[in-house]
Amino acid sequence: MSDKLLKVDIHKKLKEFDLDVDFELKKGCLGILGPSGCGKSMTLKSIAGIVDPDRGIISLDMGGKTTYFDSDNKINLKPQKRNVGYLFQNYALFPNMTVEENVAIGLGKNHDGTVVSEMIKRFHLEGLEKRYPRQLSGGQQQRVALARILAYGPDVLLLDEPFSAMDALLKEQLRIELVNLLKYFDGMSVLVTHDRDEAFQFCDELIILDQGKIIAKGKTYDLFENPKKVQIAKLTGCKNISKIEMIDDYHLKALKWGIELEVSEKLSSNITHIGIRAHDFAPAKKEELNSFSAVNSKKLEMPFEWEITLENGLWWKVEKQIRDHEFEIPEYLKVDPKNIILLEE
Amino acid sequence: MVDWSPIFISMKTASLSIFITFFVGLIVAWGLIKIKNDTTKIVLDGIFTLPIVLPPTVVGFFLLYIFGVRGPIGSFFVEFFAYKIAFSWPATVIAAVVMSFPLMYRSARGAFEQVDTNLVDAGRTLGMSEWNIFWKVLFANALPGIISGGILAFARGLGEFGATAMLAGNIAGQTRTLPMAVYSEVAAGNMGEAFNYVIVIVIISFIAIFIMDYVTIRKEKQWR
Repeated sequence: MSDKLLKVDIHKKLKEFDLDVDFELKKGCLGILGPSGCGKSMTLKSIAGIVDPDRGIISLDMGGKTTYFDSDNKINLKPQKRNVGYLFQNYALFPNMTVEENVAIGLGKNHDGTVVSEMIKRFHLEGLEKRYPRQLSGGQQQRVALARILAYGPDVLLLDEPFSAMDALLKEQLRIELVNLLKYFDGMSVLVTHDRDEAFQFCDELIILDQGKIIAKGKTYDLFENPKKVQIAKLTGCKNISKIEMIDDYHLKALKWGIELEVSEKLSSNITHIGIRAHDFAPAKKEELNSFSAVNSKKLEMPFEWEITLENGLWWKVEKQIRDHEFEIPEYLKVDPKNIILLEE
Repeated sequence: MVDWSPIFISMKTASLSIFITFFVGLIVAWGLIKIKNDTTKIVLDGIFTLPIVLPPTVVGFFLLYIFGVRGPIGSFFVEFFAYKIAFSWPATVIAAVVMSFPLMYRSARGAFEQVDTNLVDAGRTLGMSEWNIFWKVLFANALPGIISGGILAFARGLGEFGATAMLAGNIAGQTRTLPMAVYSEVAAGNMGEAFNYVIVIVIISFIAIFIMDYVTIRKEKQWR
């Protein structure tokens, strides 16, 4: 297999902030995770050529190098010439064309229809060929959109918040479908999302973007296991974060919760916060390490989880069975020192 | 005996003027939505919309000023083609085009702006040429709005009176269109003759509106 490389290094002045993004992707799926309005979609649209950055370079190497954009050399390839597939949030199917016509649109005049029928089959759209997009369900629309993109044969797949406008049930189903469908695609893909579950599910590597700046990049597992920074911990879904005061090398006081804790890693002066994931607490006895009182806690029942809010503000989540409706909150809880995430501001 | 010439003249004028208005309105609307500078957009939109808000006689005044024998375009035609535009049949077409243009342009622009911009971007990333995107995506999806704009413009051109009177006059058999004929007959006290022309104009206008609604509803149903 030849070496592939997608290189992006772009800068653009926006109303609220400046966008500065640079990354390289060799294979698989890269996720751009960030709150809404952080410049994620703008990055994706710049790669596709829908939006022009002010300066920078975007290039793709697939054995031969194609420069999409290069402000120094005044290169700005039209979207038509970039050979990228863009999955829009609302799929952007042409409402005036049937499923068949939508899938065939990227093929130009000289196609014999075999690609279309192959895609229709691969994406389980048989029988829907003559339907118009409005007559399809959300899931079917997504499949048509992907069939249309893959029929075009792009080098890079760009996915723009593919599940943002859906109800929870449909979202679950489509995520599984999309994971399976993406197996047919051996190129690189970039997924933009504000949802940590999606990022975790689809992406081998992650970029975390805030206010147009990259605040972290790395392997998805690493970023989730060891977020290092407060913002990253929040974005990866860490519910409990507190400012700390250092007592000694291995002991600290969590100011928000008013408890003292022991940690497994040596503290340094740049550690200002700690994070504890809501699942990482366990019932304890008073004299055990890192235990604290859990009296006067409130509980909230979810189908498969108890959500406990402690008096000091900590969140605790406990898995449960659907039929269990009783839960006795223990008097004391503890947290394993190795589950305390040390964070920098 | 009924004089049929106003009917023929009106049909000829309305048909040619809608042909011109339709395409020019479409292109101008497309050009305008591509402009990014807001001030330019507002100024141009104002100029293109003006004919519909000004009194028709005022528009006629300007047209006479431009196309009259001493006007910049009028004198050009007199000098190079020895042709007087004012008070000739083409003058009825010019008046109808100018007066019906804002309806076409505004409808087309509104219809284009209703089309999801993602569709245009999707077309581009799928390698469609700008020409194909315009016809197959923008035009096709804006079609119901464009058709209704076209028919409104046609009806407006058919009913044009004030600017036509100023620029083309009321010459029987040459520039006397249906609305002119109605006016002339009434002025001469021939209410019966006027009534015939009124009936014709009402029927044509109603058929036009009927076609518009029919086509629009059919198209929208098809995609649902």
